[in-house]
Amino acid sequence: MNTTLAILAQNSAGAPDGATALINTALFYVFAAMAVGSAIGVMVSRNIVRTAVCLLMALLGVAGLYLGMHAEFLAAVQLVVYAGGTLVLIIFGVMLTNNSTFQLYRPKRLEVVVGSGLVAMLATVLITAILRSGMADRVVTSGNTYAIQTLGEALLGDYLVPFELISVLLLAVMIGAAYLAKGRRREGEGQ
Amino acid sequence: MVGLPHYLIVAAIMMCCGVGTILLKRNAIGILLGVELILNAANVNLVAFNRYNANASGNLDGQIFAIFVIVLAAAEAAVALAIFLNFYNNFSTVDVERGDNLKG
Repeated sequence: MNTTLAILAQNSAGAPDGATALINTALFYVFAAMAVGSAIGVMVSRNIVRTAVCLLMALLGVAGLYLGMHAEFLAAVQLVVYAGGTLVLIIFGVMLTNNSTFQLYRPKRLEVVVGSGLVAMLATVLITAILRSGMADRVVTSGNTYAIQTLGEALLGDYLVPFELISVLLLAVMIGAAYLAKGRRREGEGQ
Repeated sequence: MVGLPHYLIVAAIMMCCGVGTILLKRNAIGILLGVELILNAANVNLVAFNRYNANASGNLDGQIFAIFVIVLAAAEAAVALAIFLNFYNNFSTVDVERGDNLKG
């Protein structure tokens, strides 16, 4: 892990040599395959628990992609907040709302055909547009080694108002979610 | 060498999988997982465009946006799960096809 980070840091400092570029490319393809394969698993899997585990693997792959793009803080946030927090919340939701853990909900055949067609069309259009847009010659520009310092200064400087607003939002969401989840149950007991 | 289109294509495929998840799942929590997938794809795009920025200013606006998106996704998951719990208490299922009380 240390050597990987050192290699990534070295890459940002100047033009990478052959071996470094090769390792970076190989890591990108490993994490990209993990993210894309798990995302397809999320779409295809019928079992909700298996879907959640696939989403966990996809989140880990995205965290690896962030590391490759020198967003180390974002990779850590992804692991802690998404994989550690949001996904655990979702798995609690699965446990609370399923009569049996392995209950299956099958979509209708027409839905599958129309949905798959739409998704294939969307994917074709997006990938064609990206390949034709001529963005391949863009070079890395924001490769400073003090990214976290810059991030912190921006978060408490230029973005101070959104930062404070989102903390108020989190408080509102906490109260709202607690009220929503609890109030109805009390009403149910009264009936 | 890995360039901007590589990241964009990964994000595009993830986004399509998220849309497919929303369209094909009947379990409400499965649909929530599809939304999370789409938000992650958007985050990959934001960070990639920040790293391969055309005007070399060296700021990290894309990463800041991505942090806000992560916070919003967590908030959205909490509220959505509370709504699903209510739905489950009323209908004893999380099959979205059953929530058709307002259908004319």
